[in-house]
Amino acid sequence: MCLAIPAKITKIDGTDAEVEIGGIGRKASLMLTPEAQVGDYVLLHAGYAINIVDQKEAKETLAIFAEISQLMEQG
Amino acid sequence: MRLVSEFRQSELVGGLVQNIRRHAVKKARFMEFCGGHTVAIMKFGLRQLLPPSLTLTSGPGCPVCVTDNADLDKAIALAQLPDVIIATFGDMVRVPGSRSSLQEAKAGGGDVRIVYSTLDALALARENPGKSVVFVGVGFETTAPTVAASILQADREGLNNYYVLSLHKLCPPVIKALLDSGEVNLQGLICPGHVSAVIGSRPWEFIARDYGIPCVVSGFEPLDILQSIDMLSAQVAKGESRVEIAYRRGVTPDGNATAIKIMEQVFEPAPARWRGFGEVPGSGLSLRPEFQRFDAELNFDFDPGPTINEKGCLCGEVLRGVKIPPDCSLFRKACTPENPVGPCMVSSEGSCAAFYHYGENEDR
Repeated sequence: MCLAIPAKITKIDGTDAEVEIGGIGRKASLMLTPEAQVGDYVLLHAGYAINIVDQKEAKETLAIFAEISQLMEQG
Repeated sequence: MRLVSEFRQSELVGGLVQNIRRHAVKKARFMEFCGGHTVAIMKFGLRQLLPPSLTLTSGPGCPVCVTDNADLDKAIALAQLPDVIIATFGDMVRVPGSRSSLQEAKAGGGDVRIVYSTLDALALARENPGKSVVFVGVGFETTAPTVAASILQADREGLNNYYVLSLHKLCPPVIKALLDSGEVNLQGLICPGHVSAVIGSRPWEFIARDYGIPCVVSGFEPLDILQSIDMLSAQVAKGESRVEIAYRRGVTPDGNATAIKIMEQVFEPAPARWRGFGEVPGSGLSLRPEFQRFDAELNFDFDPGPTINEKGCLCGEVLRGVKIPPDCSLFRKACTPENPVGPCMVSSEGSCAAFYHYGENEDR
């Protein structure tokens, strides 16, 4: 029930937004994330963006995984 | 970047698993609070990757599962009133209450509609001005702000036929109840990622501080969960107990201030009944006095009847982490996803459903 999926904002009109998930468009409310911008990824839950995804953090987490993987291969 | 497939890269699993083996030197039991985590762990076979020193136990983090029969009966009774449309998330309709389910109420002539969002429930209210639309408000802190937002929207529009049956639940108080019971001995807690996306990681600090249990807020992809298990194992190895965020792309210490503000504007904490736990103080949300005209419980005359709990169903024990689904004599026999006895077999994130679908060779 707490499922939330990353969705990319393609258009904003007030608190209504159009978002894209894996190439499929749908509508989302930005009432809970009024600061979201076009191009941002948001966590979409039950029709509302509940938070903005920090893409820089996402990349850093992936870099950590890659680093662990390399270290273990060498180890 | 699509932020999903990157966190499922199989070539990165090995490194994390080796790291876990290096850190998991002490025997430890971790609880994944959230049903979404349970499903991911089972679906991706993550338990099988862990060293024998680690045990994972699922917790009460399934809002449909923890909804008490007495509360479910209220929704079913409301569905039988004339000119009432029940709007509910799909998982709720097949959950058996004391005498029937929302699905059976619908078969008996009740108007029960499955919605994806409170936005759909608001649309139903606009389209049906002669009827009352009651949204069954089930969910944790992830969902409650979306329901609060719908009430603010209805208030702005002057919609006078939209109501909410508020069965929302708050996670930190039930974890406290679980730990105070002393029934489960945990060395780590995998904290719910999307509850934390709203409330932040600070509300878990009492667990690390007062109970000495390491906490890691986790995302839902397999690499996220393995990373969280690794971080917990590392804390256990060092004898530490802190709150860490593994799911940094979605969670900050303070959470989403707007969502918290909207939730607190509309709702106030109240006692709530949890399946398996009974009443837990301050673990529910009721509408504040200024929004009581939207409260279904106060605005309709209905009789949910006496509460009956199914004998033999171990949902409550499974939710408390003291039993696993195969311990239940009904599991896979009298209780299946087609003919569920308890909600843990109905909900897509219920432990029993997860074990049923993915746990063929589950022995731990």
